[in-house]
Parts: sequence; C-alpha cells; structure tokens
Amino acid sequence: MSADGAVIETSLLRKDFTVRRKVGRLRRTKDVVSAVDGVSLSVAEGELLGYIGPNGAGKSTTLKMLTGVLTPSGGTLSVCGLTPVPQRTVLARRIGVVFGQRSQLWWDLPLAESFSLLRHVYRVPAADHAARLTACRSLLDLDSFVDTPVRQLSLGQRMRGELTAALLHGPKVLFLDEPTIGLDVLSKQAVRGFLASLAARGDTTVVLTTHDLADIEKLCRRLVVIDHGRVVHDGTLEELHAAYRSKRRVVVDLDAPWPTDLVLPGASVEHVEADGYRVTLALEGATAGDVVARLAQAVPLRDLSVQEPEIEDVIAKLYAAPSVPRRN
Amino acid sequence: MANPYLQLLAAQVRSQTQYRVSFAIDLVGSTVLTGLDLVTVWVLFGVNGSLGGFGGREVLLMVGVAAAAFPIADLAVGNVEKLRVYVRSGLFDAVLLRPLSSLGQLVVMDFAPRRVGRVLQGCAIYVVALVAAPVQWSTPVAVLVVFAPLAGAMFFGAIFVAGATVAFWWIDSGEISNAFTYGGKDVAAYPMTVFGGLFRRLFAYGLGFAFVSYLPVLAMLGRSDPLGAPDVLRWCSPLTGLLVAVLAGLFWRTGIRHYRSTGS
Repeated sequence: MSADGAVIETSLLRKDFTVRRKVGRLRRTKDVVSAVDGVSLSVAEGELLGYIGPNGAGKSTTLKMLTGVLTPSGGTLSVCGLTPVPQRTVLARRIGVVFGQRSQLWWDLPLAESFSLLRHVYRVPAADHAARLTACRSLLDLDSFVDTPVRQLSLGQRMRGELTAALLHGPKVLFLDEPTIGLDVLSKQAVRGFLASLAARGDTTVVLTTHDLADIEKLCRRLVVIDHGRVVHDGTLEELHAAYRSKRRVVVDLDAPWPTDLVLPGASVEHVEADGYRVTLALEGATAGDVVARLAQAVPLRDLSVQEPEIEDVIAKLYAAPSVPRRN
Repeated sequence: MANPYLQLLAAQVRSQTQYRVSFAIDLVGSTVLTGLDLVTVWVLFGVNGSLGGFGGREVLLMVGVAAAAFPIADLAVGNVEKLRVYVRSGLFDAVLLRPLSSLGQLVVMDFAPRRVGRVLQGCAIYVVALVAAPVQWSTPVAVLVVFAPLAGAMFFGAIFVAGATVAFWWIDSGEISNAFTYGGKDVAAYPMTVFGGLFRRLFAYGLGFAFVSYLPVLAMLGRSDPLGAPDVLRWCSPLTGLLVAVLAGLFWRTGIRHYRSTGS
C-alpha cells in the first residue's frame, strides 16, 4: 500500500480497443477507440466510491483493469499495492468482485455448495469462512434459498448470493458493477442496506458503478463521473448538483387550463401538457411549498408530485458542457 | 485443505450428473464413434502389402501410439476448446477473478468424465499393436513404449491449448483448431512416407507430428527412417513434447493479455 494510505491508485490509465469496421463491400478500416482515456484516481482505505457515467463511458473497462481481467494499454495502476495483471492471483485473494450481469456462482449447484467451493478456491480457514457466512446469512436473509441450485434463484436472491460469495474471503476492496440492476425494490433495499453496513465498518473499500440515483444518494459520499473515458467530476453529489445547477421539478395536475400569463417567482415553466391541465415547473430558488401555495391561489390543483434531480440529467448536462473533451 | 482444482473438478462432475439423460446420450455417442475407430484398425490389421514401405502390423503400432496419446490429451485439456464460448460470452472474466491459474481452471471446469472410456479403448489398441508388431524389445525400448504415448499426449495437449488461444484474437475461430488437433491425430497415425513432399515437410517435421508416433515407433521396431532423419531423433519425442508444451504455455500467456472481455 502506498504511503498516503491509498488502496487504489491509478495514473493516466488507458485502454484502447481496435474496432474493425466494414467500409464498402470488401474494404475494412481499423479504428482505435479509447474506452478509458487517462483516468487518474486515488481511493483511500474504507472509502465508498460511486463510479458513474452513461453506458459505454468506460466504467466496466476501468473496473476490469483494476481487477486484473483486462491489461491496460497505458498508464499505471496499483490495487492493494499490487499491479493487477502480473499479480492477478495474489490480488484475487484481496479483492471481491460482483459484476451484475456475470455470475461468479456455479449455475447447477446449490448456493451453499458454491460457498463451500469458494472456501477451497480462496483457501480460507474454515472458522473465518463460517463466521463470515453466518454474518451474511443473517444480514442478507439467505436461509430460505441456500439449498436451491443457482439457476433456479430469482435475480434478487442470486445477487444476494453473489455479494456473499464476493465477501467470504474477507477482501480489502470490493468492486461492484451495477449490483442493483434489474432488482425489485425490496432486493435493492436489502443490497443497499448491506453495503451501507459494510461501509460503516470502515475496513472494506468499496467501488460501485450504478445507474441508480438512489444507490448514489444513499451510499456514496464521493462520486467520480466519467464520460468518453475521462473523469469529468470527482467530488460529492452536492458538489455535482451545484456545479451543474440541477433543478428539482414540480409536476401539477390542474382542474382548469394553465393560465399562460401566470408568473411564479423562483420557478419556470418547462412543459405544458394535456391541453394545459398538466404543467411541469422547474424550481429556480423558490421552495416547492412556495410555488405550490402561489399556484393554488391562481388555479385549483388536483394532484402534484415533486421530482428530485436525476443523475441522468446531470450527466446529460455534462455531455453538453463545452469543457468536456470528446474524441471520435 | 483439499486441492482447489480437485474441488472444482468434483463440482463439475456433480453438475454434469444433474443432466443424466444428456450424459447417457454422450456416453453412447462416444462409444459408437470409438467403435468406428476400431473398424479402421481392423482394416489395417488385414493389410498384407505395405503402406509407405511399412507392413500392416508396423503401421498398426503407429496407429496405436496415436490412439493412446490423443484421448489422454483430449481428456486432460481437450475442453480448453470451450474457451471461445467463454470469451464470446465474457464468462472468462469469472475465471480471471479467481486466485487460480486460468488454464488450470479451464481444464477442470469442463472436465468430461465420459472421455475416460476413450483413453481405455486407445490404450487397448496400443497394447494389441505392441503384441502384434515386431517390436525389438530392450530396456530403452521398454521405457520408450511407456513414454511415447505420454509425450504424444503432451504434444496434442499443446496443440489443443494453442488452438484455443487463437480465440483471444479471433472469436470466430470456429473449428479451425480442429484441423490441427483431430487432423493432426490422423497425420500422426500414418508412416510419414505416405505423404507428399511439401505436406510432409510442413506437418511431419515443421509442426513436429512425426515425433508423436512415427519416429518413436521406428525406434521400437529397430528401423532407421527411410526418409533419412538422424536415428537420435527417434528418441526425442519427450523433449519435443515438452518444448511444444512450453511454447503453447507462452502463447496462452500472450493471449490472455489480449482478452477483450466483451460486454459490460
């Protein structure tokens, strides 16, 4: 581990892929695409980092380089003081990985058998393994399905199994690639609650990629946003919203058509739909309460909802920002 | 603590027994195919004339070494050809995330117990050939008789691994590696004298298939190579097997560096 206590350290990390493309009937050209284009990061021990960005931004590619699956095309990296690809098997014992769309479990075997196989694969002392498994069984509520073959588990059950599998060898760093993708609300809550309790213990560093705003809001103190393989933001969620002036929105259903001349201080009209019976207002300084109170004086309200700014909107703004370098 | 590879192997066998019917069909299929191989041998047994300057029973011994060597390689590492499926689906990620050798895991992950039968049948053909052929027994020959099929298995194993490794660059490599494995098995089973000039130079000596069966059998029969290869080469198959295995291992390591891990 480096002197300043960083568990993960990358400098100008790059991964290029060659893409062959058909041009005309027979000719083909080669294009070099940088999936990750100079990412420099430092993650301290015990930190829970949200690594976000749109599809194809380079999130998974970065994670695969950090875990020793992909060989970087350039730059340097160290994880737990090791260089991932050359020291892959040593590193594998110190990290846990959950890739949402790739199972680490044995498809045809009961979950419990996958767990005991992993004990042998990672050479974990029986007592440590048993203690960790007991903790996970109660925290993630595994008891009802540990004896079911993995192929028969629901996605939520499988994900809880994957998390357990990733933690049985007591990793220093946990990498999670979209761990809540496709899960129902209850399973998402179970996974989030578990990760929050893991982060609270402070001895496991977690790097999480997600598209889920709630994951980010509930879990991540620090966010790294990447787009086109480059870091475009590194800081807290509040800093991100402040930097890109995200707005909360109020959507109101009215009993009478929207009076087009109505002016609400501190809010602006974004859309008027349904012949004027539904209006979306963006809050620009005023509180939702103020705006609704003023509006109710002018027009009878039927229903309303407040929408929190979405991370996708923020990212959409990041694309549009001229400071973001783009490569094509 | 038990060896992790053995544990993975046992898990694979347990997984396979979950699909009993398909296991039974596989077993029947491979038995029928080996039966056809035996017919080929029976035909050779009946050859009275000569094949490339060798009698039927001498050729039978060449067939025998290849017949014993190939299924051993197929049992041990034949399932690495599944690599292209893992590369295509990205499942190879899971292999690289475990603290074990990637090649070692691949070998045990798809271990096919039904292939044990083919090893036994191949060895039976070899034993019959050893009895039938005019072997010039001596201590070095006896040692060679034991090591030749193992060296051949190492040779074929290396070709299986090298052929599978191509998938890291070329996912649609399809059956091309089979030309060198199954095709190579057939080339190795005949006297090199039956092949034409360029083909012989390329496959027999360039790629080394002559070392699997032809050259060691010459030593067992106490004959020199009619094509003029130095006599000492007849004893070299364990060395060439080892060399080819090391080269295949290096090729594999290079291949892993080029793994692209498709998908998210």
